[in-house]
Parts: sequence; C-alpha cells; structure tokens
Amino acid sequence: MSEPEPLSGPHVLEYTYKRSVGPVLGRFFTGLRDGRIEGVKTAGGRVLCPPMEHDPATGEATTDQWVEVGPGGEVKTWTWIAQPRKQHPLQKPFAFALVQLDGADSALLHAVDAGDEGRMSSGMRVKARFAEERSGRIEDIACFEPEDA
Amino acid sequence: MRDVAIVSYAQTPYQSSVSAQNEVEMLMPILSEAVEKSGIPRKEIGFTCSGSTDYLAGQSFSFVMAVDALGAWPPIRESHVEMDGAWALYESWVKIQTGEVDSALIFSFGRQSMGDLPSVLCLQLDPYVLQPLHPDGISLAALQARALLDAGKSSEREWAQIAVRSRADAKDNPDALVKGDADVDAFLAESCVASPLRPHTLPPVTDGAAAMVIAAGDLARRVSEKPVWIRGIDHRLDPHMPGVRDLTVSPSTAKATEKAGGAAGVEVAELHAPFAPQEVILRDAMGLGSDVKINPSGGPLAAHPMMVAGLARIGEAARQIWGGKAGRALAHATQGPCLQQNLVTILEAD
Repeated sequence: MSEPEPLSGPHVLEYTYKRSVGPVLGRFFTGLRDGRIEGVKTAGGRVLCPPMEHDPATGEATTDQWVEVGPGGEVKTWTWIAQPRKQHPLQKPFAFALVQLDGADSALLHAVDAGDEGRMSSGMRVKARFAEERSGRIEDIACFEPEDA
Repeated sequence: MRDVAIVSYAQTPYQSSVSAQNEVEMLMPILSEAVEKSGIPRKEIGFTCSGSTDYLAGQSFSFVMAVDALGAWPPIRESHVEMDGAWALYESWVKIQTGEVDSALIFSFGRQSMGDLPSVLCLQLDPYVLQPLHPDGISLAALQARALLDAGKSSEREWAQIAVRSRADAKDNPDALVKGDADVDAFLAESCVASPLRPHTLPPVTDGAAAMVIAAGDLARRVSEKPVWIRGIDHRLDPHMPGVRDLTVSPSTAKATEKAGGAAGVEVAELHAPFAPQEVILRDAMGLGSDVKINPSGGPLAAHPMMVAGLARIGEAARQIWGGKAGRALAHATQGPCLQQNLVTILEAD
C-alpha cells in the first residue's frame, strides 16, 4: 500500500471587517486615486508624506494644511531585490527605496523599476508611475522609475 | 527602588529546526532547569511572564499552550507580552518594584522554522502604506545598511569582520548555531540577498527558548551565591515609519542606555543586532569604547531565535558575570523594523 497523502486544508488569515483609514490617510488615498500625491504639514512646518495624524517628532497633531508633492523625488536609500518574493509589488528584479518627494521633508517607501541595479544610486532622481486603474490605495502608485527613463 | 537580581538562566541549544518537538516540549526542560537552579521552589515563585508571538504559529492565543509547560495548578499569576522575552523581564521587574511579589519566572520561545520570518515581520508594519508593498525584514534592514554606507559610518568589510568575530566567539558557546572559522574576503565575495546585505550579515533561521528567574534583594541573596544585579533597565522607541527616521542613528538606544545608568565601566556588551550593520549603530548610540567586548556568546549572528534573542542577550551577559569574565555588563534587546524599539539593561556582579 502506498503512503497516504497528508491531509491539508486552506487557512486564510484575513480581516473580516471593514476599516476606515481615518481623515488623514483617507485624504492621501483619495488624492492617489485621482493621480495626485499630497503631504500634510506639521505645526513646525515640515511636510510629511506619507501623511501622519501626529508629528512623530513632537507627538502633536499635524495641521489641516496639505501640500501637493512629487511626482518627482530623490532616492534617500535603496536596496536591490534580485529575487522578488511573490508578495512584492514587482515580479522582476527591482529596488525598494525611501523616496523623498519634491516638497516633502520625509520619505515614502516604494518600489523603483530601474531594470538594472547599476542604474540605482542614492540621490538619484525618480518619478512616480501611477497605476492605470486606481482605487485609493498605496498601490495606486505602481512604482517609481528613474526620471531619465 | 527594590534591588532585583537574576538568580538563574537556562536556554535550549539553538537549532535551525526543532520540528520533532512542540513548544511545550521545547520549554519543559529549560523551565525546570531555571527553576531548579534558582533555589526557589516552583510554587513559591510570585509571578510568571512570557514573551512570544502568535504570528510565528499563525494562530491567535497560541502562547496559552505554553502554560502547559508551567504546571499552572493551583492557579498562578501569569502574564504574556507579544514581545521578545526581554520585555517580559521588564514587566516582571516592574511587578517586583510594586512590592506585590518578590520573584518571577520569565520565559520566551520562538520557532522561526515554521514560517518565512522576513515575510511574517511585514505584519508588524503600518497596514496602509507599508504592508501592501511587502517590505520584508531583510529589505528594511538593507535600506538601513545602505544609509549607513552612504553616510560613511561603516563599511561592508566592517560587517564581514563582525560576522567573522561572531562565529569565532560562538565556538565557545555550546548553544550557538552558526560557528566556526570564517574569512572576511570570502564573505565579501558572496552575492547579496538584498544589496548591500550578504548572507553573512543576516540572522540565521533559529528555533529555541530561554528561561530566567529573578528575585528581589534579600530573597536573591538567600537563594543565590552569586546574584547578578539588574542596576538599570529601560526601553524606548523611535517612530514607526522608517521614512521619518535617520536610519543611521538610534536615539531610542541612546536614551535607554542613559536611563539604565549609562555604559561607563561596562566590560562586556551583548547587543541584539539581528543584522551585522546594526551593531555599528548600537555601539555608536551607547558610546561603547573599543575596550568593551561585544557579544562574547557569538551574538544574534550565531543564533537568532525570534522573540528569544533579546532575553538571551541578557542571559548571556549574566553568564559572563557568573563566569567571572566581567563585573559590569550591558545587555540590549530590540524589536520592530530597523532597530525601532530598544531595551537596555545594566548588570553587575554582587
């Protein structure tokens, strides 16, 4: 008799309820859906993108002043992912980078589709490539790409 | 403040997979060993606190099963932190400070082999702007490592030297997993996993558990010939979002070190730097001089059981004091992406 097949079954982890992202990320994601990237000003005048409800430096609530930032920006630091995981935003070699968008004082984490690691460097200019179909999520930015592409 | 001392410590030999055992089986021997060595009868220990994460088992409240290893009848006072065991030690230390109890058993366990830890660690990130992009634990550490290179604060050669030193020191630690003689140039010839991080800069996949008993002043002196005193313990955190931080520095580590009493006079430091470049950031934040022996146990590059590696740093530092290798030692534990949260404790011989 052959070995019996081990029993297996699906086990899906999920949130079975809807969440509100709140007023600050809500505005940010609505902007992304419309192809616009916005940051929020802190009381001290710094522009945070992605926006936050509180200034991480002081704990104070951020203001209701919004600033359009990007779509261009500068790579602050990066890593080259030669073998993407299946959950990664790109299924070909790419870079994860912290991108400081023009007009922002903090950096946004995203993927950079540079094609080759040799094209990546800290300080390089990149610009956002929006997804064709957008629904108000961080993935509405498909990725960034070198500005000289 | 009540004086509190570590009176015993036990840990499993660290393995890449303990698939033949469940958590309870992994814990029972070391819980017995720690309790027996403490000299305090199990039923007289006032408090029990564990640290582990349900995300490794993929099942909520999975830590409750570990209570089976305690022999919790009649009922005991017990608590759990979804944190490294070092934070379970902190809660226990606070509990003793309240005067409610005089002793505590702390334990932690983690079986990283059950899943893909770099992916599991995504679940600790912001769920809206980070998690959907799946920046795994290795990728985030690589962003930090690159920032360190760009700032001219370290080099890939220095990271390889840290890995060589860790594996060499681990040869004297029977519990360590990755040990042996290695060569800096051979390490530098490896391909990157996530540039600029090569395999030798990464923590090894590790399963294991650790347990510790602490006791307040008079009780510690009565049961132990050589109590290791916790002179200070403090934990601090940096912002959750990596994009608002200067990743080349660790203000939370500097603050925790200061509040724990400072690194002056420390002879040995056990640092929980899961990735080699992070050791450079920690040393800098603590102001450790070149005369301080770092990670004589081999450190987290030699064995990195998730949720245990921080408590193990404290246990290994205590072992250095018990072994007469140091009179004053610093131990550090970290949690979160890119050294986000840091705990520092200063230990001293009697």
